[in-house]
Amino acid sequence: MSETAGEREPRDAQVIPISRAGSAYEPSFDFDLDPEDDRRLAEFFAFLRRRLTGEYEVDEFGFDAELTDKVLLELIRPLYRYWFRVETVGIKNVPGDTGALVVANHSGTIPVDALMLQVALHDDHPDRRALRLLGADLVYQLPLLGHLSRKTGHTLACRADADRLMRKGELVGVFPEGFKGVGKPFSERYKLQRFGRGGFVASAIRAGAPIVPCAIVGAEEIYPKIGDLRFLARTLGLPYLPVTPLFPWFGALGLIPLPSKWLIGFGEPIRTDEYDPSDADDPMLVFNLTDQVREVIQQLLNELRLQRGHAFPPFF
Amino acid sequence: MTHTVLVTGVSRHIGARVASVLAADPDIDRVIGVDTVPPPSLSRDGGVPLGRVEFVRVDLRSPDIAQVIAAADIDTVVHMSLVSAPPRSGGRALMKEHNVIGTMQLLGACQRSATVRRVVVRSTSAVYGSSPRDPAVFVEDAEPGEPPSHGYAKDATEVEGYVRGFARRRRDVSVSTLRFVNFMGPGVDSPLTRYFSQPVLPTVLGFDPRLQFIHEDDAVEVLRRMAMEDHPGTFNVAGDGVLLLSQCIRRAGLASLPIPSPAFRFLGDFARSVGAVDFSPEQLRLMCHGRAVDTGRLAAALGWKPKFSTGAAFEDFLRSRGMNGGLSGAMLDMLSHMVTR
Repeated sequence: MSETAGEREPRDAQVIPISRAGSAYEPSFDFDLDPEDDRRLAEFFAFLRRRLTGEYEVDEFGFDAELTDKVLLELIRPLYRYWFRVETVGIKNVPGDTGALVVANHSGTIPVDALMLQVALHDDHPDRRALRLLGADLVYQLPLLGHLSRKTGHTLACRADADRLMRKGELVGVFPEGFKGVGKPFSERYKLQRFGRGGFVASAIRAGAPIVPCAIVGAEEIYPKIGDLRFLARTLGLPYLPVTPLFPWFGALGLIPLPSKWLIGFGEPIRTDEYDPSDADDPMLVFNLTDQVREVIQQLLNELRLQRGHAFPPFF
Repeated sequence: MTHTVLVTGVSRHIGARVASVLAADPDIDRVIGVDTVPPPSLSRDGGVPLGRVEFVRVDLRSPDIAQVIAAADIDTVVHMSLVSAPPRSGGRALMKEHNVIGTMQLLGACQRSATVRRVVVRSTSAVYGSSPRDPAVFVEDAEPGEPPSHGYAKDATEVEGYVRGFARRRRDVSVSTLRFVNFMGPGVDSPLTRYFSQPVLPTVLGFDPRLQFIHEDDAVEVLRRMAMEDHPGTFNVAGDGVLLLSQCIRRAGLASLPIPSPAFRFLGDFARSVGAVDFSPEQLRLMCHGRAVDTGRLAAALGWKPKFSTGAAFEDFLRSRGMNGGLSGAMLDMLSHMVTR
């Protein structure tokens, strides 16, 4: 027994006899726990109890902060840290407690980049910000996926929800390229696709929230899309059905993403509070601002790509 | 300036409670309650003491209601007589007639009346529908992505249409439409409370809808305030916050049985045909996609917020039914006590 055990002597002497008297089963649990483990165990039980009895809170969008942090993000953290070795650049450009709109490039055939961006903003930002993404309606029609998406804080990309989240001071994220971005062929990697109708810019103007341009480098190489099974995709009602060097040839094995090196960079915020909220209805202004955001992201993307070097270091 | 109030649907729980609080107010001269059936007796069926409410048995679908309004110099009408589920004796057709034709007759009578100054209509948040293309939180001006095409929600949409028409024609009358979320509380008997009273709850596999409740006490208070003051417009009425269905089931300590949605629909139809529970397509949609509403407008108009949040209303309901979280919580407490010190 070490010194620490000696220090705990008085407490043990008080506690053990009482509980022994209380329960016949007690001796079998009488292993030596240090107080830190004990506290963690108690916390774990409290967590389990909350989950099983439903005594947790979700917000009006269905965001379950505890489940997201303790379970769902925990599952993808190994991917973030050890598989893609994600590093963040300029995370201080993301405001700490006010509403903002993170606009990022989209790629990778399967939107893994959205998950990684969420982990980055939660784990690497000093204020541990929860990212509230605006997703395609296809997501919300599917069982399981739609509700996992709501529980992790995301919602449908529509004007009402975007405005509401930003008014509440949440950090909203969008991928304006949508399916065009995530499903683009490998040959067009790191080329931003057309941005949507600029609805996200109008929302930011209405809320007076800054737009934070974000570039994600690395997602483009995880599932290099070299072909598209258009006919099959159309029959299944999917936007595309990719052919990658590993999929569908190797079946489920082809679903393992290639371990590219990732960088996620955040640029200088673009202020929108100088505009009047009614300017959101001025299409010229919205288009110009959308173009500006797009150019900034493309530039950031190019810089980060140089900074990263090889996609699969140290080989190629 | 409220003197004589007409309350429809007074034989149902919330209607009776509204009539009785209005009757308890000394500023109101007369409260007249109408319904198609007499109110349940106090001793046997858990009725609400109606005090000095005068009950008139009127079939709302008939023009008799006009005579009641004309005879009594009514200045405020509280229309509560919307039924959310087909009555045991009749089918969907009867329910629709009761809801839609009943409202048309009532509004027709109000339009003729020279004394009616205020009309309060109970509607439902079901008019927003429930679909994956809808915003997460509905404000009053939101257009439903897919307008409801079945049952209660469709009735309510039609009723609201007639109410808007009435408000256009009689601009001197203050018309308030209240879109309530599901009522919850000890005295509420609705398809949803019956659902939560089953031992095993069928849920739709892969979906976990957001639900909102309004406690019956708060609902009564909102209706009372609306009957006493002019607040023209449409208002969402809900307790703060949302609960996920899975959360409700866990808090109730019940078991859930996830069923793929086609099978769920089939089971629902089957249960309805044998009369066990009434599960309509619009309820299936709610069980899939859920719905939440924004209540900012109501709070601003009344300068008051419901006392019970959605969670507290559900807790009160559970307490009244003697459901308390079930075994899992207690077992975990025991385990946690044994393992930690």
